[in-house]
Amino acid sequence: MTLDPNHNYSNAALRIGDVDRYPRRRVGEFIGIVASNAGVNDEYRHIVVKVHEQALKAYAGQMFHLLCPSPDGAEVWMRRPMSVYRVDKAAGAVEFLYKIEGRGTRGMGKLQPGDEFNIAGPLGAGFKLEPAWKNIVVLGRGVGLATLAPLSQLAAEQGVGVTAILSARHQGVVMSKALFEELGARTVTVLDSDGTSAVENVERVIEELIAARKADAFFTCGSNRLLKLTQRLGKKHNIPGQVAMEQIMVCGFGACYVCMRTFEVDGKRVLRRVCREGPVFNMQEAVGW
Amino acid sequence: MVDLSVKIGDITLQNPVQPASGAFSWEYNDVIDLNRLGALVAKTICREPRLGNPTPRMAETEAGIIQSIGLPGKGIDYFIAHIVPEYAKFTPPLVVSVSSETIEDFAALAEELSVPDVDVIEANISCPTRNSTGGNFAMHEDYTRDCIKAIRAKTKKPLWVKLSPNAGDIVSIAKAAEAAGADALVIANTFLSLKIRTDNFRPALGNKFGGLVSPALKPIVLRMVYQVAKQVKIPIIGIGGVTKAEDVVEYMLAGASAVGIGYAGFRNPTALISIIDDLAAWCDERGITKVTELIGAVRDQDMETDTLAAASVGV
Repeated sequence: MTLDPNHNYSNAALRIGDVDRYPRRRVGEFIGIVASNAGVNDEYRHIVVKVHEQALKAYAGQMFHLLCPSPDGAEVWMRRPMSVYRVDKAAGAVEFLYKIEGRGTRGMGKLQPGDEFNIAGPLGAGFKLEPAWKNIVVLGRGVGLATLAPLSQLAAEQGVGVTAILSARHQGVVMSKALFEELGARTVTVLDSDGTSAVENVERVIEELIAARKADAFFTCGSNRLLKLTQRLGKKHNIPGQVAMEQIMVCGFGACYVCMRTFEVDGKRVLRRVCREGPVFNMQEAVGW
Repeated sequence: MVDLSVKIGDITLQNPVQPASGAFSWEYNDVIDLNRLGALVAKTICREPRLGNPTPRMAETEAGIIQSIGLPGKGIDYFIAHIVPEYAKFTPPLVVSVSSETIEDFAALAEELSVPDVDVIEANISCPTRNSTGGNFAMHEDYTRDCIKAIRAKTKKPLWVKLSPNAGDIVSIAKAAEAAGADALVIANTFLSLKIRTDNFRPALGNKFGGLVSPALKPIVLRMVYQVAKQVKIPIIGIGGVTKAEDVVEYMLAGASAVGIGYAGFRNPTALISIIDDLAAWCDERGITKVTELIGAVRDQDMETDTLAAASVGV
């Protein structure tokens, strides 16, 4: 069976130009229009979705919950949470960078310019820059770099220097390098193919940044190894950090308690909702995955 | 202007659309106007703080999702002090769902929850991942009667009883709940289910079993509502597979006075508002001035059937 994503049950969703009749709104269900959806390299795709202006409030680290079309004629029952790659206020669009992994992203890959795309958000608590931080280090791997990319925009707006350590299997799948550099970030690419992504080497790069006073805070996503490394170096040098996490998610509003992750706070294990308390968390409290 | 209001015992709902317990919290206020809902239904609360079940808590199947959450919550004291006031900011009646593993504690919880801002107690005696002697009392007629009798003795609040679709004879259990003093029946909870991953041979959920949530449940639960409505006098709230206004109509025709919605609100966060608007439009187009006209209005006495067609294939 399949359900029509934009019929009947979503008449209250906002289309571009609609008058919003709910002034207390923090989150919307939006029926956007796909402007483009194309491959950027062997593995990743970039989609641009024109949306109602209320969706443009999204900031770095926040997510949208995407109602992906079916790739195979059978229903895709749940939305897929995805962090926003870029908000283009001038064009009235939100952008996502994604890798085709499962049925949801496979369906997403089939969207054509002009198609409707139902997205809900912006959800959750994103990245926050403390005024005392003058230089930050961003470390990510794979599609995790899509989550970190908008940090460069945020940092540029606040005059914060960024060093981005981009980890990937090989040169062909390095993500977001151009976007980081375009916004003034210094990038360091580390690869599995030449061994530079090894923990010892990344550690050496970070230690150099710390010595040069270029590491007031760490931001990471997409790699348990990089999380553990920055947790260790953060503890050693007393440097704070934030990590963006993901989990299978259902409602996106904090109601269903499906998207739980474990954290350690003052020696005690606690569960937190990725959709509500997250997806960005205090790096030192994350237990990893 | 269509009158969408319905009565569940002494409680008047401005329309027959409410969220299902577990699928909703006041935090949906971020995306929809909660004051438009028929009722607000809190997540099931237990006495003790509970972390809930191991993850993953949800898996997709061909015909819906299965989930096993494990009634996480911060316990009754926190609930009364901090969660009830969050709901009290909104105008629709507050339905508080409650669960326990023993009859005595169930009754005591219902008594403690009978505070002014709580309008209805919903006894969740049907959490599918609890066993029949440890909380899933709705699997058995006698357990249901004993449990509801004990709760009834301890609270004057309207008492709704949430039944299980996993019981063999839901009509007998519904009658037992009515006899024990229930003011309304909520039909039904989720269907006990299992998914096994073929890539690693393991159950897909951390808790192994889960409850199936899907539009596919609608014809089955609708049948249960229809059967129960013929046998009890108290109102019924139908829950299972509602994704659009016509589904609300169908449940009401079968005998329900209201519906609860879970999955549709996950899929489309604004679905409940759409369904309320569409229900009003649906009634208006047909000259129905009061939605209550639909309750039990199924035309099962003047069906047009071709008896010769059955005879010709030898039935």
